[in-house]
Amino acid sequence: MISIQQADFDLAAEYQALRADAPSIGAIVTFTGLVRDFNLVESTPENTSVQGLFLEHYPGMTEKSLAAIIETAKTRWSIINTRVVHRIGAMHPGDQIVFVGVNSAHRGDAFAACEFIMDYLKTQAPFWKKELTEEGERWVESRDTDQQAAERWKTD
Amino acid sequence: MIKILYFARLRDSLNRGEEQLEYSAAINTGEKLLSALKSRGAPWQDALDKTQLLMSVNQTMASPDASIQDGDEVAFFPPVTGG
Repeated sequence: MISIQQADFDLAAEYQALRADAPSIGAIVTFTGLVRDFNLVESTPENTSVQGLFLEHYPGMTEKSLAAIIETAKTRWSIINTRVVHRIGAMHPGDQIVFVGVNSAHRGDAFAACEFIMDYLKTQAPFWKKELTEEGERWVESRDTDQQAAERWKTD
Repeated sequence: MIKILYFARLRDSLNRGEEQLEYSAAINTGEKLLSALKSRGAPWQDALDKTQLLMSVNQTMASPDASIQDGDEVAFFPPVTGG
Protein backbone atom coordinates (compact mmCIF):
# COMPACT_ATOMS: atom_id res chain seq x y z
CA MET A 1 0.00 0.00 0.00
CA ILE A 2 1.32 3.41 -1.01
CA SER A 3 -0.44 6.58 0.05
CA ILE A 4 0.53 10.17 -0.73
CA GLN A 5 -1.74 12.35 1.36
CA GLN A 6 -2.12 15.72 3.04
CA ALA A 7 -3.80 14.26 6.11
CA ASP A 8 -1.93 12.95 9.13
CA PHE A 9 -1.79 9.18 9.60
CA ASP A 10 -2.57 6.91 12.54
CA LEU A 11 0.41 4.79 13.54
CA ALA A 12 -1.79 2.25 15.34
CA ALA A 13 -4.01 1.81 12.29
CA GLU A 14 -0.97 1.28 10.03
CA TYR A 15 0.43 -1.27 12.47
CA GLN A 16 -2.90 -3.12 12.68
CA ALA A 17 -3.10 -3.29 8.88
CA LEU A 18 0.34 -4.96 8.82
CA ARG A 19 -0.73 -7.28 11.63
CA ALA A 20 -3.60 -8.58 9.47
CA ASP A 21 -1.16 -11.05 7.87
CA ALA A 22 -0.66 -12.84 11.22
CA PRO A 23 -0.07 -15.65 12.07
CA SER A 24 2.07 -16.21 8.93
CA ILE A 25 4.27 -13.25 9.94
CA GLY A 26 6.59 -13.12 12.93
CA ALA A 27 7.81 -9.53 12.70
CA ILE A 28 6.60 -6.02 11.97
CA VAL A 29 9.11 -3.18 11.63
CA THR A 30 7.88 0.39 11.31
CA PHE A 31 9.63 3.72 10.81
CA THR A 32 8.03 7.11 11.39
CA GLY A 33 9.70 10.33 10.28
CA LEU A 34 8.90 13.65 11.99
CA VAL A 35 9.36 17.27 10.92
CA ARG A 36 12.39 18.76 12.72
CA ASP A 37 12.60 22.35 13.89
CA PHE A 38 16.14 22.83 12.57
CA ASN A 39 17.99 22.31 9.31
CA LEU A 40 21.27 20.40 9.43
CA VAL A 41 22.65 21.59 6.12
CA GLU A 42 21.94 25.28 6.12
CA SER A 43 22.51 25.85 9.81
CA THR A 44 24.11 29.18 10.59
CA PRO A 45 25.75 30.27 13.85
CA GLU A 46 22.29 31.43 14.90
CA ASN A 47 20.79 28.20 13.57
CA THR A 48 17.57 29.70 12.29
CA SER A 49 14.69 27.65 13.51
CA VAL A 50 12.21 26.12 11.10
CA GLN A 51 8.66 27.28 11.70
CA GLY A 52 6.96 25.25 9.04
CA LEU A 53 7.49 23.05 6.05
CA PHE A 54 5.85 22.71 2.65
CA LEU A 55 6.21 19.44 0.81
CA GLU A 56 5.90 19.29 -2.97
CA HIS A 57 5.95 16.15 -5.11
CA TYR A 58 5.62 14.92 -8.69
CA PRO A 59 2.20 13.24 -8.83
CA GLY A 60 2.37 9.99 -10.73
CA MET A 61 6.14 9.60 -10.61
CA THR A 62 6.09 9.57 -6.81
CA GLU A 63 3.82 6.54 -6.68
CA LYS A 64 5.69 4.86 -9.53
CA SER A 65 9.11 5.31 -7.91
CA LEU A 66 7.90 4.10 -4.50
CA ALA A 67 6.34 1.01 -6.13
CA ALA A 68 9.68 0.28 -7.84
CA ILE A 69 11.58 0.67 -4.53
CA ILE A 70 9.17 -1.72 -2.80
CA GLU A 71 9.46 -4.24 -5.65
CA THR A 72 13.25 -4.16 -5.33
CA ALA A 73 12.96 -4.71 -1.57
CA LYS A 74 10.70 -7.69 -2.19
CA THR A 75 13.26 -9.31 -4.48
CA ARG A 76 16.06 -8.83 -1.93
CA TRP A 77 14.33 -9.79 1.29
CA SER A 78 11.64 -12.21 2.33
CA ILE A 79 8.92 -9.76 3.21
CA ILE A 80 5.15 -10.15 2.91
CA ASN A 81 3.57 -6.70 2.92
CA THR A 82 4.62 -3.06 3.01
CA ARG A 83 2.85 0.18 3.79
CA VAL A 84 4.32 3.54 2.83
CA VAL A 85 2.59 6.81 3.71
CA HIS A 86 4.13 10.17 2.77
CA ARG A 87 2.46 13.44 3.57
CA ILE A 88 2.49 16.46 1.26
CA GLY A 89 1.53 20.10 1.71
CA ALA A 90 1.96 22.25 4.81
CA MET A 91 3.34 20.78 8.05
CA HIS A 92 4.81 21.98 11.32
CA PRO A 93 7.74 20.87 13.49
CA GLY A 94 6.79 17.74 15.39
CA ASP A 95 4.30 16.56 12.76
CA GLN A 96 4.52 13.05 11.36
CA ILE A 97 5.70 13.24 7.75
CA VAL A 98 6.49 9.70 6.59
CA PHE A 99 5.71 6.12 7.56
CA VAL A 100 7.29 2.90 6.31
CA GLY A 101 6.06 -0.43 7.65
CA VAL A 102 7.15 -3.93 6.67
CA ASN A 103 6.05 -7.35 7.85
CA SER A 104 7.88 -10.62 7.45
CA ALA A 105 8.32 -14.10 8.88
CA HIS A 106 11.61 -12.96 10.42
CA ARG A 107 12.85 -9.72 11.97
CA GLY A 108 16.12 -9.57 10.01
CA ASP A 109 14.36 -9.22 6.67
CA ALA A 110 11.82 -6.74 8.06
CA PHE A 111 14.52 -4.51 9.62
CA ALA A 112 16.66 -4.47 6.47
CA ALA A 113 13.78 -3.94 4.03
CA CYS A 114 12.33 -1.09 6.10
CA GLU A 115 15.66 0.75 6.21
CA PHE A 116 16.30 0.08 2.51
CA ILE A 117 12.90 1.49 1.50
CA MET A 118 13.46 4.59 3.63
CA ASP A 119 17.01 5.18 2.31
CA TYR A 120 15.85 4.88 -1.31
CA LEU A 121 12.75 6.99 -0.70
CA LYS A 122 15.05 9.80 0.47
CA THR A 123 17.21 9.73 -2.67
CA GLN A 124 14.86 8.49 -5.43
CA ALA A 125 11.28 9.52 -4.74
CA PRO A 126 10.43 12.96 -6.18
CA PHE A 127 9.58 14.95 -3.04
CA TRP A 128 10.96 18.42 -2.24
CA LYS A 129 10.86 20.27 1.07
CA LYS A 130 10.57 24.01 1.40
CA GLU A 131 11.21 25.43 4.87
CA LEU A 132 9.61 28.47 6.36
CA THR A 133 12.01 30.27 8.72
CA GLU A 134 12.12 33.68 10.37
CA GLU A 135 14.17 34.82 7.36
CA GLY A 136 11.67 33.59 4.80
CA GLU A 137 11.18 30.51 2.64
CA ARG A 138 14.01 28.32 1.37
CA TRP A 139 14.24 25.04 -0.50
CA VAL A 140 16.00 22.34 1.49
CA GLU A 141 19.34 21.17 0.04
CA SER A 142 19.88 17.46 -0.47
CA ARG A 143 22.38 15.82 1.88
CA ASP A 144 25.40 13.74 0.91
CA THR A 145 24.82 11.51 3.93
CA ASP A 146 21.43 10.50 2.49
CA GLN A 147 23.11 9.61 -0.80
CA GLN A 148 25.73 7.56 1.08
CA ALA A 149 23.00 5.79 3.07
CA ALA A 150 21.39 4.63 -0.17
CA GLU A 151 24.74 3.73 -1.77
CA ARG A 152 25.58 1.19 0.92
CA TRP A 153 22.74 -1.07 -0.28
CA LYS A 154 24.30 -1.49 -3.70
CA THR A 155 25.31 -5.08 -4.27
CA ASP A 156 27.61 -4.83 -7.31
CA MET B 1 4.79 17.32 -28.92
CA ILE B 2 6.56 16.55 -25.66
CA LYS B 3 5.49 17.70 -22.23
CA ILE B 4 8.17 19.19 -19.97
CA LEU B 5 7.71 19.66 -16.22
CA TYR B 6 9.85 21.66 -13.78
CA PHE B 7 9.75 21.24 -10.01
CA ALA B 8 10.73 22.94 -6.74
CA ARG B 9 13.61 25.46 -6.83
CA LEU B 10 13.95 25.05 -10.60
CA ARG B 11 10.30 25.89 -11.23
CA ASP B 12 10.68 29.00 -9.06
CA SER B 13 13.82 30.11 -10.96
CA LEU B 14 12.15 29.59 -14.34
CA ASN B 15 8.82 30.92 -13.16
CA ARG B 16 7.26 28.03 -15.06
CA GLY B 17 6.02 24.59 -14.04
CA GLU B 18 5.05 23.06 -17.33
CA GLU B 19 5.21 23.50 -21.10
CA GLN B 20 4.64 21.68 -24.39
CA LEU B 21 7.37 21.62 -27.00
CA GLU B 22 7.22 20.59 -30.67
CA TYR B 23 9.15 17.32 -31.08
CA SER B 24 12.12 17.14 -33.44
CA ALA B 25 15.45 15.35 -33.83
CA ALA B 26 17.07 18.41 -32.27
CA ILE B 27 15.64 17.42 -28.88
CA ASN B 28 15.66 13.61 -29.09
CA THR B 29 17.94 13.09 -26.06
CA GLY B 30 18.03 14.60 -22.59
CA GLU B 31 21.28 16.41 -23.34
CA LYS B 32 19.96 17.91 -26.58
CA LEU B 33 16.75 19.05 -24.92
CA LEU B 34 18.73 20.62 -22.10
CA SER B 35 20.97 22.59 -24.47
CA ALA B 36 17.91 23.72 -26.45
CA LEU B 37 16.37 25.03 -23.23
CA LYS B 38 19.62 26.71 -22.15
CA SER B 39 19.88 28.50 -25.50
CA ARG B 40 16.79 30.51 -24.54
CA GLY B 41 19.06 32.78 -22.49
CA ALA B 42 18.01 34.28 -19.15
CA PRO B 43 16.77 32.85 -16.86
CA TRP B 44 17.09 29.43 -18.53
CA GLN B 45 20.86 29.27 -19.02
CA ASP B 46 21.57 30.30 -15.46
CA ALA B 47 18.91 28.18 -13.74
CA LEU B 48 19.75 25.02 -15.69
CA ASP B 49 23.52 25.48 -15.24
CA LYS B 50 23.47 26.35 -11.56
CA THR B 51 21.01 23.83 -10.27
CA GLN B 52 22.25 20.30 -9.76
CA LEU B 53 19.69 18.65 -12.04
CA LEU B 54 17.95 15.32 -12.16
CA MET B 55 15.86 14.25 -15.12
CA SER B 56 13.04 11.80 -15.64
CA VAL B 57 11.46 10.47 -18.82
CA ASN B 58 7.90 9.18 -18.53
CA GLN B 59 8.14 9.36 -14.73
CA THR B 60 11.27 7.21 -14.43
CA MET B 61 14.70 8.63 -13.50
CA ALA B 62 16.83 8.95 -16.62
CA SER B 63 20.42 9.84 -17.49
CA PRO B 64 21.22 12.76 -19.83
CA ASP B 65 21.86 10.39 -22.75
CA ALA B 66 18.35 8.91 -22.48
CA SER B 67 16.42 9.13 -25.73
CA ILE B 68 13.23 11.17 -25.93
CA GLN B 69 10.35 10.12 -28.20
CA ASP B 70 7.43 12.12 -29.48
CA GLY B 71 4.69 12.20 -26.83
CA ASP B 72 7.07 11.66 -23.89
CA GLU B 73 6.75 13.42 -20.55
CA VAL B 74 10.13 14.80 -19.47
CA ALA B 75 10.81 16.45 -16.11
CA PHE B 76 13.77 18.38 -14.71
CA PHE B 77 14.22 18.90 -10.98
CA PRO B 78 16.77 19.39 -8.18
CA PRO B 79 17.93 16.44 -6.02
CA VAL B 80 15.01 15.13 -4.00
CA THR B 81 14.58 15.95 -0.32
CA GLY B 82 11.61 13.94 0.92
CA GLY B 83 11.31 11.69 3.94
